[in-house]
Amino acid sequence: MSADDPCEKCEQMLQPFLDRELSAVEVVEAEEHLNACEYCRRRYRFEESLRRYVRLTASERMPPGLLDKINQLRGQPEVI
Amino acid sequence: MGEAEAEAGRRAATEARDRLRFEEDALEFADQVYRVARRLVSSREEAEDLVQDTYARAFRSWRSFTAGTNMRAWLLRILTNLNLDRGRKVQRTPDLEPLEEGDYYLANKLAASDGEQVLEHDRVVERLSQDGIVSALSELPHDFRDVVVLVDIGEFSYADAAQILDVPIGTVMSRLHRGRRILKHKLADESLS
Repeated sequence: MSADDPCEKCEQMLQPFLDRELSAVEVVEAEEHLNACEYCRRRYRFEESLRRYVRLTASERMPPGLLDKINQLRGQPEVI
Repeated sequence: MGEAEAEAGRRAATEARDRLRFEEDALEFADQVYRVARRLVSSREEAEDLVQDTYARAFRSWRSFTAGTNMRAWLLRILTNLNLDRGRKVQRTPDLEPLEEGDYYLANKLAASDGEQVLEHDRVVERLSQDGIVSALSELPHDFRDVVVLVDIGEFSYADAAQILDVPIGTVMSRLHRGRRILKHKLADESLS
């Protein structure tokens, strides 16, 4: 395993790539490799659906009634 | 009525309007704040309490919010601080020894058991149990869970998460990285064994 391995480099860029935290230059670098490498492309695609699935699964809507309770907290004396 | 009194009256009216607007804006984020809170604590009741405490404090200290900055991040900062104040069990952050499995770990496991082609299917992730995901998240060490929840559920940027948790951005990145790897490891163990 070495940093010269393009797939390894691509794996390292996976998280910041999907988080949109890579620089424009790095994005191009990652995309060039992804266009050429099916192995990494499949894994990026998988990771993207995993992210969506986790977000969907772990996101629970606010229970009914909570908004009313929050509303009643308005207008209390201020903390200066 | 004297000029000074009239001026004071106008100022009070403006402030009251600003405060109302602040409250309305903050309420817009209630559902998003709750979604993050829910994954930071273990029960729905706790999450409701935490969100109410957050709003009670936010409404009372509305003047410390700087108009034009990220209100959702500001609310979450109050929330994560309150969560710490509530005496969340103090946990030592586990040492950051490198985790052998890389970011492709879960995908590799799936590919090894079902062949490379399986990764082409969007629905392949649905094999992972939903309860498994929720419990894997809740079992993450707290410091890691905070970051993973803020970024993956709250969709905050690294910079926002760093500000909310008052840690350097590099810390956000390393905790996120490691937290997600632990998560994938748990999911692989649970769903594919």
